[in-house]
Amino acid sequence: MKSRRFVLTFPPEATGEPITYNLIRKFDIMVNIVRADVSPGKIGHLVMEMTAPSKVLKEGMEYMKQQNVECVPIDRKITYRKDLCVHCGACSAVCFAGALTMDHKSAELVFEPEKCVVCELCLTACPLKLFAIDLG
Amino acid sequence: MSKKRSIEEINEKIRKGKAVVLTAEQVAAMGREETPAVIAEKVDVVTTGTFGPMCSSGMFINFGHTDPPMRMERITLNNVPVFAGIAAVDAYIGATETALPHDQYGGAHVIEELIAGKDILLQATAKGTDCYPRTEVKTLINRATVNEMIMFNPRNAYQNYNVAVNSTSKMKYTYMGTLLPSFGNATFSTSGELSPLLNDPEMRTIGVGTRIFFGGTTGYVAWHGTQFNTGKPVNENGIPVGNAATLALIGNAREMNTKFIRAAYFEKYGVTIFIGAGIPIPVLDEDMARRVMIRNSQIETNIIDYGSPGHDVLGRADYKSLFSGEITLNGKKIRTAPLSSLRVAREIAETLRLEITAGRFLLTAPVEAFTKTPGLNNLDIRL
Repeated sequence: MKSRRFVLTFPPEATGEPITYNLIRKFDIMVNIVRADVSPGKIGHLVMEMTAPSKVLKEGMEYMKQQNVECVPIDRKITYRKDLCVHCGACSAVCFAGALTMDHKSAELVFEPEKCVVCELCLTACPLKLFAIDLG
Repeated sequence: MSKKRSIEEINEKIRKGKAVVLTAEQVAAMGREETPAVIAEKVDVVTTGTFGPMCSSGMFINFGHTDPPMRMERITLNNVPVFAGIAAVDAYIGATETALPHDQYGGAHVIEELIAGKDILLQATAKGTDCYPRTEVKTLINRATVNEMIMFNPRNAYQNYNVAVNSTSKMKYTYMGTLLPSFGNATFSTSGELSPLLNDPEMRTIGVGTRIFFGGTTGYVAWHGTQFNTGKPVNENGIPVGNAATLALIGNAREMNTKFIRAAYFEKYGVTIFIGAGIPIPVLDEDMARRVMIRNSQIETNIIDYGSPGHDVLGRADYKSLFSGEITLNGKKIRTAPLSSLRVAREIAETLRLEITAGRFLLTAPVEAFTKTPGLNNLDIRL
């Protein structure tokens, strides 16, 4: 079983297809919606965690592609310039999801994208502007 | 008879490559097993370090004269206003200065880019005088073209600082970072047991003329800093609780490194600058040994509610708890986060330790000790 977090981007025109329902019922993927920003007539975003065997996850992603839903693993949506980071900790102050924490031994920032809920608070909290989220 | 040594004796050992130099973290760990007397016997110098946002920073710069010459009266560098109210082509770049109030680019960025060797747009105007006839200039400058680049920071290396929390239901954007509502987080800004002024809290060895690590090169303590306050209450370990003494630091910015000087922007607060500094502390006697043994659990500070109008003090926290990631306030657990980089502070203390051990950095005795102050004035509205 593999758990991975994705950012789903829905086109503005409604497909009429109950994507999330089908992922669960047809593919038997355990779905956890972490964040949703869906309005009629607008590009919609879901941050969704999917748990299933790797092969099934691949099938689910293929299904979404056929439905014109972009499905990108979360770590490819968030860029963090580790090379420029000074490990001050300001981003870890706002990350209530626990994706950004300070390692107690090395005093370095640890970034775990799989815990990210795409709240975007780190974008403004970082004093050096090292985070970027590309929601498309 | 407890061990006593002078700075000159220590320097003699440094010259011979025989000085025993440890970082403040190493001595704090050693202090768990050894007594102050043993540490005074064994250790000659303890190095400290800090790398955090320090707003009261800036750089004096001299551009060199144009032909014909000009008495620059309004100056901008990359459109950021810089202070021109000194001599003709002298200026002061203040770290927090911006062209417009909400700009995210300011003096700090100009300073970092100058240190990095980038070209900067200089624009200036003047009324013109008989001796300085030129009335405007627009050109590029960089660290190779200018005469002096003197980093002079009126307030750095704060001795302790408070913890910030937010009791309100709204997000607070402050110089202590973004404070989540309803005590969602607690931020702090210090390098704890590595912090310069927490390792010599009465400043027996730190004064005017103390040689330091500053921005990647050698610098000096120029004076006490602004808001210098030795009147703060101390805890049972002799550590002031809350922000106390400060230092004014000076050094040659042309020799500095952007690893230790970084421009920053705090959301809805403004531009500031991360400054890296480290001070070597001579272990002159048992009293100094006792001071440099200080551990995070022995250093405390006030927890201040930045949501309340009067910035109420809600309690106290020690730095062991703060660095652990969680403190408890009135029975409630609050997640903590630093704003000051312990990782870079460690690098500074270690770099200074290596420089002294290798005989490349000698200590100085202060030329003048700091005078104690009873407290600070507030600004009353008298009009």
